[in-house]
Amino acid sequence: MDIIVCVKRVPMTQEIDIEIDDSGKDIKTDALAYVVNDWDNYAIEESVLLKEKLGGTVTVITVGDEDDEDVLRRALAMGADKAIRIEPGELGVDGFLISSILAQVIKGLEYDLVLTGVQADDDNFGMVGIMLAEKLGLAHSAVVTGFEAEGSEATINVELEGGLDEVSKIKLPALLSIQTGINEPRYVSIMGIRKAGKKELNVVKVEDIGLSDEELVRQTIIEEYFLPLETEGAEMIEGDPSNVAEAILRILKEKGVGA
Amino acid sequence: MAGEKLFKGGEFLIVEALPEEVFTPEDFNKEQQMFAKSAEEFGIGEIAAKGDDLVELNPELVRSLLKKAGDLGLLGADMPEIYGGSELDKVSASLVTEWISQGITGFAVAYAAHTGIGSLPIVLFGTPEQKKKYVPKLASGEMVGAFGLTEPGHGTDALTSDTTAVLSEDGKYYILNGQKQFITNAGFADLFITFAQVDGEKFSSFIIERNWGGISFDEEEKKMGVHGTSTRAVILQDVKVPVENVLGEVGRGHIVALNTLSIGRYKISPFAVGSAKILISEGVKYAKSRVQFGKPICEFGLIKHKIAEMVIKTYVNESMVYRTAGLLDMTLEGIDPSSVEAGEKTGEALRKYALECSINKVFGSEMLDYIVDECVQIMGGYGYIQDNLIESAYRDSRINRIWEGTNEINRLLIVYMMMRAARKGELPLVEAIKKVTGELLSLRPHMGEENEVLENESRMVSMTRKIGLIAAGAATQKYMEKLADQQEIAALIADIVIQIFAMESVLLRTLKKIKKDGKEKSKIHIAATRVYINDVFPKIDVMAKQIFAAISEGEELKTQLMALKKLTRYTPINCIDLRREIADSVIPTASYHLTKR
Repeated sequence: MDIIVCVKRVPMTQEIDIEIDDSGKDIKTDALAYVVNDWDNYAIEESVLLKEKLGGTVTVITVGDEDDEDVLRRALAMGADKAIRIEPGELGVDGFLISSILAQVIKGLEYDLVLTGVQADDDNFGMVGIMLAEKLGLAHSAVVTGFEAEGSEATINVELEGGLDEVSKIKLPALLSIQTGINEPRYVSIMGIRKAGKKELNVVKVEDIGLSDEELVRQTIIEEYFLPLETEGAEMIEGDPSNVAEAILRILKEKGVGA
Repeated sequence: MAGEKLFKGGEFLIVEALPEEVFTPEDFNKEQQMFAKSAEEFGIGEIAAKGDDLVELNPELVRSLLKKAGDLGLLGADMPEIYGGSELDKVSASLVTEWISQGITGFAVAYAAHTGIGSLPIVLFGTPEQKKKYVPKLASGEMVGAFGLTEPGHGTDALTSDTTAVLSEDGKYYILNGQKQFITNAGFADLFITFAQVDGEKFSSFIIERNWGGISFDEEEKKMGVHGTSTRAVILQDVKVPVENVLGEVGRGHIVALNTLSIGRYKISPFAVGSAKILISEGVKYAKSRVQFGKPICEFGLIKHKIAEMVIKTYVNESMVYRTAGLLDMTLEGIDPSSVEAGEKTGEALRKYALECSINKVFGSEMLDYIVDECVQIMGGYGYIQDNLIESAYRDSRINRIWEGTNEINRLLIVYMMMRAARKGELPLVEAIKKVTGELLSLRPHMGEENEVLENESRMVSMTRKIGLIAAGAATQKYMEKLADQQEIAALIADIVIQIFAMESVLLRTLKKIKKDGKEKSKIHIAATRVYINDVFPKIDVMAKQIFAAISEGEELKTQLMALKKLTRYTPINCIDLRREIADSVIPTASYHLTKR
């Protein structure tokens, strides 16, 4: 089974105070550490597990600059076979354009399955996967928590609300956006890192992939980043549970919520 | 590694290096960065995640974690590939040490004892048979190693032993009798590198296995800190050690001991750097969340001071670690790890940097003690309450100034090694001292305006070197080989030597970074360098004065003090503002960000 995995390098932003930079259109990145997007990591692991079970190759792909090669190399160290980086240069990109670029490069490759993460940890847009599927004309499903290949089809589990899973069949080739928890991603080993050094990592410039200038235009532009305004007015309710419950009911009634 | 120069051990005392000649964290290649990340992710996912279970001794868990690390190749950093090791370069091995333990001493200490002193003696001095038998199992974690040198009567005085080794009648065994004290990992280690006197005077090294008859253990020691580690006395009663398990040559056990200790000593430094980074995060996070007088306490000047000082000291230490690792790697280049002589050649090469290793040990352990102390202070009363990372880190850190050679003995060793290198002609110290003394009269101290960034700091490092050489020269002239007996004077000289290495390492690193990334992107690094050097420089004056006052008097003393006055002239800068700048850069992310991740 030949699998393509789309990956993204994102900043680690848990527990930190994000600062907006002077332009107001981006965050300050000087002090940030970068990692592979968590969802993508599960996708990489899933692809390597499938390869180990069924044979085939895993190709990882990203749109980004030289620093973004880190996540490609990491995937190679986990067991992916090849990597492709598309260098955007000065081009402004958004999820729509990224999906166009990826589609253009992927359509020239052989594959049975394309995997992405459900969303990226920085912008949380969650759109590249599905847009990419549309542009490639692939059957697709999002928030996948289980996958069993069965010849030219696969049985997949999709996560719904309330802890429910929807089980369905999908025809291959397909695109799936992978949810965290589908597997337990392996740690990168020293041996894997050594092997990764010998694997193929190709860089292709975005102007060389065959899209016209008109096609290489993003659809969204970030106008402004701002931190949520701090306001007042939080009322802390104290007391034992029954007092607190009474207070909550009283407030809800006052505000006209519920019957 | 282009442009880097293979400086000899101790050569920093007499030669001013250029930025491009030293290895810095900004020189990590992609593979090295990945090794670091591999160790970090394993550390976060497996070690820190189980931190609560590693506070108290948990041999089963520690063993299983060592094995997991072994599966990923993280145990065999310093072991040859042909024996199942990962054969990493020393920079990579230091990165693994820095990142793997995530501040959890219950793992860190077991890991260090196993991969360092518990395995390296065999890697460096074992016969091919011994290496084949033991190293693959040590690399995988199937066997855990320990190092049994210390005895009730032999701590610092380590190169003689009260343990006896007598050859059996049939010549097949050495019978060992004696007791070892404070042995780390003793509770669960499978093999011990240990030492005994053969025929009363031949200090020798042996590999012994736990399940051999005659080996027993006292109860676990109740320690101030590092409660998650096993520390026990090992009692040897008529232990039959096959002669094949003599390590190195009979009577040459000190070679095994000294070379092993050198590397073990050095590794405390990257460990300290890694722990410091974690603790800085913890301390800053607390300072951001703790509100007093309507503000988070990280907004107060004295707290900013502490945060900045922790960052600065970590930055300096980190610069020293990787400069040293770079030197070790350059020295080891060209040794084929799979060859029979590899171990011996490696040991020889490492011994050349014993001085730098001791410097790292002293600096790292004292740096970490500062960090844990100020972290407790930042947390105030809460820092004093048990069951928090910082409170146990405070107690854990203290042992680092004691083991692997006390900091006192390491300071004396620094001076001893300096003088030995000079005596053997390996280091033209005497010529250098003569040159500096000769230049003194014509020296015009430059002050004030600088045309180049860090020009004043470069000058201060240069002056510190001259002061150190003059002081060392004067003291040696007076006491000759007996200088090491004048421990107080020797320790002062050692402190100046340590600061020469520290100040120069951070200066060169920052200059190299400015060349690579520009001044704008190096603002905090420049600030840290300036504060450190400007802070330490006046202290060199104090140390030197103490030395001269102790060894000279009258006219001689007057002359020396006049020379010192010339050399120590400087204009103080506003370190308070610089520290605030440093603290403010670290507070938003609550992380040490000076090294790219």
